[in-house]
Amino acid sequence: MAKPIELEVNGRRHSILAEPDTPLLTVLRDELGLTGAKYGCGEGQCGACTVLIGDAARRACITPIASVAGKSITTIEGLERDGQLHPVQQAFLDAEAFQCAYCTTGMIMSSVALLRQNANPNEEEIVHALDGNICRCGTYPRIIEAVQKAARAGGRRGL
Amino acid sequence: MNNDLHPVAIEPERHEFRAAPMHQFELARRDFFKILGAGVAVFAVARETPALQETAPGPRLAPPELPREISSWLHIGEDGGVTVFTGKVEVGQNVRTSLSQSVADELRVPFASVRMVMGDTELTPFDMGTFGSRTTPTMAPQLRRVSAAARELLVGIAAKEWKVPAESLKAADAKVLDPASGRSASYAELARGKTLAQMIPSEDPITPSSEWTVAGKPLPKVDGRAFVTGKHPYTPDLRPAGLYYAKILRPPSFGATLVSCDAGAAKAMPNVAVVRDGNFVGVAAPSERQAERAVAAIRAEWKETPQISDREIFEYIKKNGSAEPDGRHRKQSGSIESGLAEAAHRLEATYTVAYIAHAPLEPRAAVAEWKDGKITVWTGSQRPFAVRAEVAAALHIPESQVRVIVPDTGSAYGGKHTGDAAVEAARLAKAAGRPVKLVWTREEEFTWAYFRPAGVIEVKSGIDAAGRLTAWEFHNYHSGTSAIETPYAVVNQLAEYHSVPLVLRCGSYRGLAATANHFARETHMDELARAANLDPLEFRLRNLTDMRLRAVLEAATRSFGWPQKKTKEGQGFGLAGGFEKGSYVATCAEVFADPKSGKVQVVKLVTAFECGAIVNPNGLRNQVVGANIQGLGGALFEAIEFAGGRIKNPHFSTYRVPRFRDLPRIEAILLDRKDIPSAGAGETPIMAVAPAVGNAIFDATGERRRSMPLAAGA
Repeated sequence: MAKPIELEVNGRRHSILAEPDTPLLTVLRDELGLTGAKYGCGEGQCGACTVLIGDAARRACITPIASVAGKSITTIEGLERDGQLHPVQQAFLDAEAFQCAYCTTGMIMSSVALLRQNANPNEEEIVHALDGNICRCGTYPRIIEAVQKAARAGGRRGL
Repeated sequence: MNNDLHPVAIEPERHEFRAAPMHQFELARRDFFKILGAGVAVFAVARETPALQETAPGPRLAPPELPREISSWLHIGEDGGVTVFTGKVEVGQNVRTSLSQSVADELRVPFASVRMVMGDTELTPFDMGTFGSRTTPTMAPQLRRVSAAARELLVGIAAKEWKVPAESLKAADAKVLDPASGRSASYAELARGKTLAQMIPSEDPITPSSEWTVAGKPLPKVDGRAFVTGKHPYTPDLRPAGLYYAKILRPPSFGATLVSCDAGAAKAMPNVAVVRDGNFVGVAAPSERQAERAVAAIRAEWKETPQISDREIFEYIKKNGSAEPDGRHRKQSGSIESGLAEAAHRLEATYTVAYIAHAPLEPRAAVAEWKDGKITVWTGSQRPFAVRAEVAAALHIPESQVRVIVPDTGSAYGGKHTGDAAVEAARLAKAAGRPVKLVWTREEEFTWAYFRPAGVIEVKSGIDAAGRLTAWEFHNYHSGTSAIETPYAVVNQLAEYHSVPLVLRCGSYRGLAATANHFARETHMDELARAANLDPLEFRLRNLTDMRLRAVLEAATRSFGWPQKKTKEGQGFGLAGGFEKGSYVATCAEVFADPKSGKVQVVKLVTAFECGAIVNPNGLRNQVVGANIQGLGGALFEAIEFAGGRIKNPHFSTYRVPRFRDLPRIEAILLDRKDIPSAGAGETPIMAVAPAVGNAIFDATGERRRSMPLAAGA
């Protein structure tokens, strides 16, 4: 049965009428029009749908909305501030760490979560943190470079 | 035409090449100026027949010869804005950027002032499709020619206005300048109030690559900011008002036919449209969940047929390969018999490659909307005009009532040549009377798309005491013809392709058969080198006359430090090289095969690549490194498992693709040959990875692996 559920997305509150087990990804994309998080597999295997719940990376495609009611949800659309890109977005752009770029928003969200937890990760830590995100175009080396760039910039600008 | 009178036959096993292309140029020039406003326009007439995609196995109709026709056009508006129209599409290979560079270069305008309109059947000229690494060698020169003609047209306008000879004027920085008087006029000023159009032949001269100023530079990807902010709308992101979501009832196995179908419960659900049309059953509903529920409520009975499984596929391929080779792909010279007779070492070996999936991260998807008797379909496709034909044929409507638009797409790798999702969405949109979106699930993507064909390759060879090839016989069963001929010098040779009736639906793939043929050939060359006790590089160089192949082999091995000394047990080094579609590649690999567990890890790849004059070294590096990483998947572990007409591993949890943890150290060496016209770069860099890794595994373990993937189940 559909129930009203309170969601806080990118600092804004929304009351959603939906069944509690509806995937967060469906609500973000189809109800709220936030299409930056992508469908890639629907099984939490590819990371294209990654969002932040609090400071942690979560796969929106396997996250029931009832489990995140009242929690702070951040999507790629919530990273930019006053027209200025988040340091991780800027680093991905500067390193051109994408090709078809369908995985990019998920990669950026996973990277933001990593850097909030570990401001200066080494390569091994980056590989470990991002291993659940697939880039089928194979842009992995530049993504690692972008995370390292962002780590350096983040120290100055704050993540 | 009342379409309701015609039942729609939708054929799920449609082969990607069956649809014959149509050639149309619908937009009259006066309409063109109506849409874009006044200005200066140049239309290119394509002379050359676009190279056809290599033959994939299975039935096909030979496309009719292309007539002379418009292949691209360019418009300069009264505000100086440059708009370029091409039927090519952007699928991550970065051609929106590289083509813009060529235009800016030739037209002498800032890179940022060029806007590309791509892959829209109503606005862009007919194009066979974006495949075969053809965009850079064919479309870039065409766009250069229209740009050069537009530039000359503007110079001509200025010359007429200033009453000076055109030859005395110069074009630079979006202006025409008169060095003698110091006068200048911007392109915007010169285009103002004009509706001037010019048709040009394809032979007009263009700026040589040695004089490029914008092309050749590592410019950043166009619209990069839209990708890092999530604002770029891929097909699955489109949300027209009143949108319904579609789900398709899939058969339980390939080739199953629908015996009975009770959709009563689904039809009784509010706001649900249900279509049964032949074997096709689909629903559309206001939300994805409702659509899922409706399709789950349909009770269907299917009749299944027995099918070949992965256990017996290679035996099947070998047994069913045509004895008569495909005459188009047969090369013979000298005599294999006498070549073998004079050999000091002889070798025979069989190699196999598994079916693999493209697994683009954006699954097949389409949004379809009917309006005023016309349907518009947005879909990620490499062949928008072929999709238009497919939709028109499936719905029994003329192509003039179908518009296909391709938003920049979440990759394809040769996998998005067909219009399956477009046809399905279009059929459901018609029934629902609303726009309908269909996004294939990952499982559908792994099951109902098409695969890179499996294959068996048999090689028989001989070398003399000096390590020179005396005989080379090569038979490819099913996997395809590209790069089937050896680049090594050998008098006595035979190369044949044997077609095999389809088991799984097959089609194009990045590098397609070139990967399989290089795997077999370059593995075999390694085996021969070992037999002759020669260094694998030295052995190749002894048999090479092609200087471009020699150059990439030397560049890769120099940087890798070939030959390397082993410093620990389990370490091994291998190399491979080749050419295809006008470009050359060589890859060196270092592996570590754990002596205890047998687990293979690729430690390092060094790839040298040469595709003539480099248009964008930044984008090219992304393609070359990306192809190496994607190539590791097919080399080591990717394989489609199937039995009983079902795919057994249709998920990323069971079909393993390369991830961060698989990443070796990678070095890409890009050789820039300004003296050679640019070739495409999307495919060839993938080819040498598997044989280089396989040869390194042999070096490490002494075990020769002749099947791709080399480390199945790892």
